[in-house]
Amino acid sequence: MRTVLTVIGTLMCFSAAQADEVNIYSARQENLIKPILDIYTQETGTTINLVTGGADELIQRLALEGANSPADLLLTVDVGRLHRAKEAGVLQPVTSALLESEIPSQYRDSEGYWYALSLRSRVIVYDKERVDPSQITSYADLAAPMWRNSVCVRSSSNIYNQSLVASMVSHNGVAQTEEWVKGLVANFARNPQGGDRDQITAIAAGQCKLALVNTYYLGGLLTSSNAGDREDGEAVAVLWPDQEGSGAHINISGAAVTKASKNKDAAVALMEYLASDEAQHWYAETNNEYPVRADVPVSDVLESWGEFKADDLALEQLGIHNAEAVRLMDRAGWK
Amino acid sequence: MPILSTTTEAPQGALSSLRTRFSGYGLTLSILLLCILLSIPIITIFYSVFSSSDGVWEHLASTVLYDYISQSALLMVGVGVSVLFLGIGPAWLVTMTKFPGSRILEWALVLPLAMPAYIIAYTYTGMLDVGGPLQSWIRDTFDVRYGDYWFPEIRSIGGAITMLSLVLYPYVYLLTRTAFVEQSVCVLEVSRTLGASPFKAFSRVAIPLARPAIIAGLSLVLMETLADYGTVQYFGVSAFTAGIFRTWFGLGSPTAAAQLAAVLMIFILMLVLAEHWSRAKARYHHTSNKYTRLPRIELHGWKRAGAMAYCYLPVLLGFLIPFIQLSLWAVETWELLDRSNFMTLFANSLKLASITAIIALGLGLFITYSKRLRPGILLRGIVRVLSLGYAIPGTVVAVGVLIPFAWFDNTLDSWMRQHFDYSTGLIFSGTLVAVVFAYLVRFLPVSMNTLDAGLGKVKPTMDDVGRSLGLRPLQILRRVHIPVIKSSLLTASLLVFVDVLKELPATLILRPFNFNTLAIRTYELANQERLAEASSTALMIVLAGIIPVIILSLTISKSRPGYESST
Repeated sequence: MRTVLTVIGTLMCFSAAQADEVNIYSARQENLIKPILDIYTQETGTTINLVTGGADELIQRLALEGANSPADLLLTVDVGRLHRAKEAGVLQPVTSALLESEIPSQYRDSEGYWYALSLRSRVIVYDKERVDPSQITSYADLAAPMWRNSVCVRSSSNIYNQSLVASMVSHNGVAQTEEWVKGLVANFARNPQGGDRDQITAIAAGQCKLALVNTYYLGGLLTSSNAGDREDGEAVAVLWPDQEGSGAHINISGAAVTKASKNKDAAVALMEYLASDEAQHWYAETNNEYPVRADVPVSDVLESWGEFKADDLALEQLGIHNAEAVRLMDRAGWK
Repeated sequence: MPILSTTTEAPQGALSSLRTRFSGYGLTLSILLLCILLSIPIITIFYSVFSSSDGVWEHLASTVLYDYISQSALLMVGVGVSVLFLGIGPAWLVTMTKFPGSRILEWALVLPLAMPAYIIAYTYTGMLDVGGPLQSWIRDTFDVRYGDYWFPEIRSIGGAITMLSLVLYPYVYLLTRTAFVEQSVCVLEVSRTLGASPFKAFSRVAIPLARPAIIAGLSLVLMETLADYGTVQYFGVSAFTAGIFRTWFGLGSPTAAAQLAAVLMIFILMLVLAEHWSRAKARYHHTSNKYTRLPRIELHGWKRAGAMAYCYLPVLLGFLIPFIQLSLWAVETWELLDRSNFMTLFANSLKLASITAIIALGLGLFITYSKRLRPGILLRGIVRVLSLGYAIPGTVVAVGVLIPFAWFDNTLDSWMRQHFDYSTGLIFSGTLVAVVFAYLVRFLPVSMNTLDAGLGKVKPTMDDVGRSLGLRPLQILRRVHIPVIKSSLLTASLLVFVDVLKELPATLILRPFNFNTLAIRTYELANQERLAEASSTALMIVLAGIIPVIILSLTISKSRPGYESST
């Protein structure tokens, strides 16, 4: 009995090793990742299996499934979750000469647990008609009393806001950041609600003058097939914050190999492909994100916003300060 | 024993001997075991109460806890009052009166059930928000700016109450209408001969008699309200569920999050018990077996206009308007759409929904019947615990399911490795078994609540008669109860079916690789704030839900004992 099972087991291992296969848990939604994975399958013959879902839930699933988890690769759309996954002990470090040479060091984990695949900035957008852009230069200015009743932003439950505040905690400390958040909350034009696109729409409709949004949301509106969307997008302009200071806040989408991975080589190969020219172009064009590699051109819309200075804070800092950021926003009354 | 006592207390003699016989069967034991299995995810959450959460509670209490509690309480009161208003009145009017369209309304009033709450929220926001077509039109036409005119803020607690009420009132409507249809007309006639006006007959006789059904519907609504995450999160309402997720992920404290969920459940448990005690010893069985066709009153004049406005309004707001808006969006974005696997999505959704509906019906029936025959403290307790599943946010249930499944798989795997040097890997985790199990944890209460209300109306003497004619308990169930509560059976399976079609978070987390449903596709697009593109799959969810809704409603009308009799 025992030998029979051993033989079967060995055979199964063999067959699994021969057909290249990568199993992905992805917080990047299907329509924003599957097309490029399909291209990869066509080119290499690697079978890719995909489950999408919320990053936190997928990390929880990974942790509970433990060493038997079928997943090889975790994709997320913000660095905070990659850090949480690393802390939860569900990832393993990867060394790849290619990834290390292509991806700047601030956009990957110092120990190789995760790598960024695309970048987005959280910027200030303003009403072209009613705001004089010379009056505002930094995130800090959003808390100035002159902008009372002018700022729209989504809930502080949103990870992008948490990451932004975490970056400020990292730069300026808790006390100063809390003062800033209090000032910002005092300037809210309405209770935090909706998503990033909704904030832009609210500016276009005249409910607020300034908003904090991720760049690709504006890109999405400007390239939409719907005329109303484009009109909303045209009503605002991008203001790159903190260009004299630490630079505009950057977040990433990224990938990491799971600790339980049984197809590690294939998973790393896929990560390398996602950092390749072809895939980086695809990211830039399809979702209006900034390629993680400086040598890959950005999409036309992004190019029209010009060059900017990006914050070079090591992104793992955002994960480290996340919980503190949430507590601080709770205290300051950012709902 | 005086005859009247059948309405207040179940007779003990024959039924108790039946209980003894029934208890001999392995069935009761297996049901008990199954119940325990299903309550593991819920008990896991309760268990968290005993762990320490490292000061997170102090932080919550001094900052946001008051908000979570007050917003959730407001939401419950608002939704509760609205669904009673939207559910009971129309149920009575379409059952007892005639006016233009009343036959169609009988089933049309159930349609909003097919709308997922977050979809209707997105749709109305798209229409009524500050940047939406209506407000833009106001600004352009009257040349005003935002703030110069008054317009209700859709993304607010009021908006959330409205949205949830519009899609949840059908629970009250369906259960109450089933009760009205199953009511004997005799009691109503007696009340009229005693001088009660039609309204008094409604308020003093029909409503109290339908009380178990109304309460069953209302408690489903309140539990669903407390479990809702999509709507409150989108509207920026700091309700309890929003707090759970924020604490869990944002503050990185799963323990405190589970404790919040436990507090939520204890609160619901108290509500359920309070209702139970207030009912005291009262029972609501039918006392007469005389059924005639319901005398429908033909309405005229202002009464007719009023009844029509009252009954058409919920359908218009809860179904027709959002349906039309979604259709317009679907047409607009048809070209952009990836339609390649639409049929697979549709088939997957239907498959999951029907499998779960059937299992939930079977289980629900056996559990409620066992409880009727053998209302032991253990079974009653477990059923109480099980009934909380509906109030727990889907994500929390999903993780509650992951824990025992992963534990089982991993334990078996290491045992097999140790003894046979063979790895079994994950057997149940990441399969549809886990998905359906999570659905059962969450939706079995829907089935049980509905069936409990149905069975409660059957007099215990019916069991005794069946028994005295030599039937065994299961035969009584099959030949006596099932025919009598047919419409409750249908209602139960429909509610579960539609709930599964709409379910999102548990499916998302627990599903196997490369498996998608309509709800998942809809959510992913809506979540990218591409609502118009999400409309096609949203419409398909609605359409998949409509067909059983119509079948059900037609059957309810026909299910009434005495439907065939000519008078």
